[in-house]
Amino acid sequence: MRVTCVVNGETRQADDVWPGESLLYVLRERLGLPGAKNACEQGECGSCTVYLDGLPVCACLVAAGQADGRTITTVEGLAPGTGEEQLDRVQRAFLATGAVQCGFCTPGLIVAVHDLLARDPAPTDPDIREALAGNLCRCTGYEKIMEAVRLAATS
Amino acid sequence: MSTLTREPTTVAGGVGTSAPRPDGVLKVSGEFAYSSDLWADEMLWGATVRSPHPSAEIRAVDITGALAVPGVYAVLTAADVPGAKRYGLEIVDQPVLAVDEVRYEGEPVALVAADHPETARRAAARIKVEYAVRAPVTDPEEALSRGDLVRHVPVHRFASAGGDALTADVVVTGTYEVGMQDQAFLGPESGLAVPAEDGGIDLFVATQWLHVDQKQVAACLALAPEQVRLRLAGVGGAFGAREDLSMQVHASLLALHTGKPVKMVYGREESFFGHVHRHPARLEYEHGADRTGKLVYVKARIVLDGGAYTSSTPAVVANAATLGVGPYDVPTVVVDAYGVYTNNPPCGAMRGFGAVQACFAYESQMDKLAAAIGVDPVEVRRRNAMTTGSVMPTGQIVSGPAPVEELLSLVRDRPLPPEATGDPRERPGGVANTTRGEGVVRGVGYAIGIKNVCFSEGFDDFSTARVRLSVLGGEPAVLVHTAAAEVGQGLVTVQAQIARTELGVSQVTVATADTSVGSAGSSSASRQTYMTGGAVRAACQAVRATVLERTGRADALSLVDGKVVASDGSVVASLVELLGEGDVEETVEWRHKPTMPLDPVTGQGDAHVQYAFAAHRAVVDVDTELGLVRVVEIATAQDVGKAVNPQAVVGQIQGGTAQGLGLAVMEEIQVVDGVIRNPSFTDYLIPTILDMPPMEVDVLERGDPDAPYGLRGVGEPPTISSTPAVVAAIRAATGLALTRVPVRPDHIALAP
Repeated sequence: MRVTCVVNGETRQADDVWPGESLLYVLRERLGLPGAKNACEQGECGSCTVYLDGLPVCACLVAAGQADGRTITTVEGLAPGTGEEQLDRVQRAFLATGAVQCGFCTPGLIVAVHDLLARDPAPTDPDIREALAGNLCRCTGYEKIMEAVRLAATS
Repeated sequence: MSTLTREPTTVAGGVGTSAPRPDGVLKVSGEFAYSSDLWADEMLWGATVRSPHPSAEIRAVDITGALAVPGVYAVLTAADVPGAKRYGLEIVDQPVLAVDEVRYEGEPVALVAADHPETARRAAARIKVEYAVRAPVTDPEEALSRGDLVRHVPVHRFASAGGDALTADVVVTGTYEVGMQDQAFLGPESGLAVPAEDGGIDLFVATQWLHVDQKQVAACLALAPEQVRLRLAGVGGAFGAREDLSMQVHASLLALHTGKPVKMVYGREESFFGHVHRHPARLEYEHGADRTGKLVYVKARIVLDGGAYTSSTPAVVANAATLGVGPYDVPTVVVDAYGVYTNNPPCGAMRGFGAVQACFAYESQMDKLAAAIGVDPVEVRRRNAMTTGSVMPTGQIVSGPAPVEELLSLVRDRPLPPEATGDPRERPGGVANTTRGEGVVRGVGYAIGIKNVCFSEGFDDFSTARVRLSVLGGEPAVLVHTAAAEVGQGLVTVQAQIARTELGVSQVTVATADTSVGSAGSSSASRQTYMTGGAVRAACQAVRATVLERTGRADALSLVDGKVVASDGSVVASLVELLGEGDVEETVEWRHKPTMPLDPVTGQGDAHVQYAFAAHRAVVDVDTELGLVRVVEIATAQDVGKAVNPQAVVGQIQGGTAQGLGLAVMEEIQVVDGVIRNPSFTDYLIPTILDMPPMEVDVLERGDPDAPYGLRGVGEPPTISSTPAVVAAIRAATGLALTRVPVRPDHIALAP
């Protein structure tokens, strides 16, 4: 089947999509956008979090056909331009606080934090933890991710 | 919050600064290429057929159904492996594809390559394997009695010649169990194998040691090592799980058979079968002490379940034995550690291996001893704390700093966290709203651990670095090239920092690790900053010597900000001028001080390179009615010798502590009759951000004169003692014995 959607502001089309494919697979393997990550592919880890029509979703749990005609923003589409100066404040905060180690959870977390701060510009620590409970990180123990969110909220 | 005491540094982005990760911008923008992100024209996808049985004979394999699936390019079995049929880190015993039998659930039996991953999976499901199922051996004690021994390491040391009777005024005993933990890195096993024109293979993979992979892959493919070229793809965490091969030989076989690039990416379920795990252990301990709590002897018997194949079990057993009494002075030690073969999943490397299991037992014992003599847990540890000059149970003298007492004092003296606020999210059970505070009891627990750094027991442990100084765009620039695996820990950052400090040049590039440069050894055993850091420093020093020679001046010179400076501070020349004669490049192979094998009978010998220490204090709230635990805060103190990158050091300590917390209260691969019951992130729980508390960190820098910059391996110690600290806190809250980790709600709520 053919899937057409707007991804990071551009209309994109994927042909010969097997109906069992996920949005995650289409993004990663057909549209050249591997930023959303494939850590569990069952909606437990959040590393594939993208915006679908403005709402954060696990791209692994969205069937490719469900994305047809929709608007998607991935981590690759958050920064207005290329280069370090153009990064989104959430991306800059993750770098500044050392919240990135292996980085496999980072794209999904950055989308999730971007969404949190859009909804709640000044979250408390329990708010942050609750909002990010669906994003697993195995490297950091989350302390520096907490610091990153606090920093992003004030920058 | 972190407190750091460190000497000032004069080099921007050099050693001792929190220089940013060079791969950071790519990682936050989604453009960093992990091993599962790779793509090539005409690429095929590989899939693996795995045994559903923990033990069976293979009577027949019928691949015709798979070959008939449109889009399938190859179906391979053991008969198609052209070289060695088996591989292994040291003991070559694990089949590339099962030969006549399977010995654990998930053992690879056959491979498929197809033009779509789903086609490959469906074709794999059509391969018919006829098994004659056998009863699996799953009890390590039974395996031991059958003689299925991987290794027995005795460590026997007596306070007086001729051996001592093990008697003391105060004796405490206990038997402890540690469940099977998974490394649960987020980036699954994956990579891309590309057939090359010379008949060889170019392999892009996530691994911990490129050269040990190269050696094993080449042997299995019957190729010369130089025909197997590995390049490190982006690594989504490792923690020991990438020491052994996973898809490396499989993808290469498929690529050579089809003549096309082959990508393999495990799903999460397959990942639970695709790598070794932390050894489950049963540990019987007896501690004898005088009435003041001063240890007289420790006797222990430790049995580690190695599963179906050897992997790194021999080293795990040695660690458990040699580190088995902890960072304490013990005059008489009789420790026997055994690793056995069973039909359970193979176990091998995971952060802190051997030391993690032992620490849970010996620290539980120290708490028992404290209670027996009526002093607090920190005090009994202080009374026995080792110091510089202490003698290990192996007879090895601890020559470097051993600030055990100071680390304990640091975590003890931190202010305790405030009482719970009343926000239900900060209670045990969290948003599930299972309590309003009734039945909730707070507890505080302590633990400290010891870990060896680098490879031990006489292993020829080295790393290689190539450093080139040249002029780029009119500025001096350094290229550092090693084969050392950046797995997330920040090794790329550290290599650049060292080059900046040694050569006084700000523009430093670290090349992608590959096998075109000599081996760096493994990103294991907390060794890479020490070893590859040491190699990069030595190569930079060699480059510096060559550059200084070009000045033709003998007065002590140094490199500062792209200039050669004399001892009086005057500028002698610019690097750009001196490099006009050509680039300077040096390659250095660097070794730590040699170690010795352990005596096979007594376990005596200077087997380890360096010892590292971390202490933890855990504060928990326990809902004693439901058995739910919320860790409120963990304080850690660790001696790192020299914080080469303070931000990365704290990140390692916090991340390691989190994995220890996971083992304490959540994480276990549940194996029943050799079968894994929970191979998913739905059922194998790793800590989320809701499970992790704030972590306070004290970093000590007591330089080790033998190590580069005085540094001490950082990665493993925080994982070792956080587990017993959390369990001690739960014991303090509940009064229960809690002899097994992970502690489950029923251990608390349904305790007799």
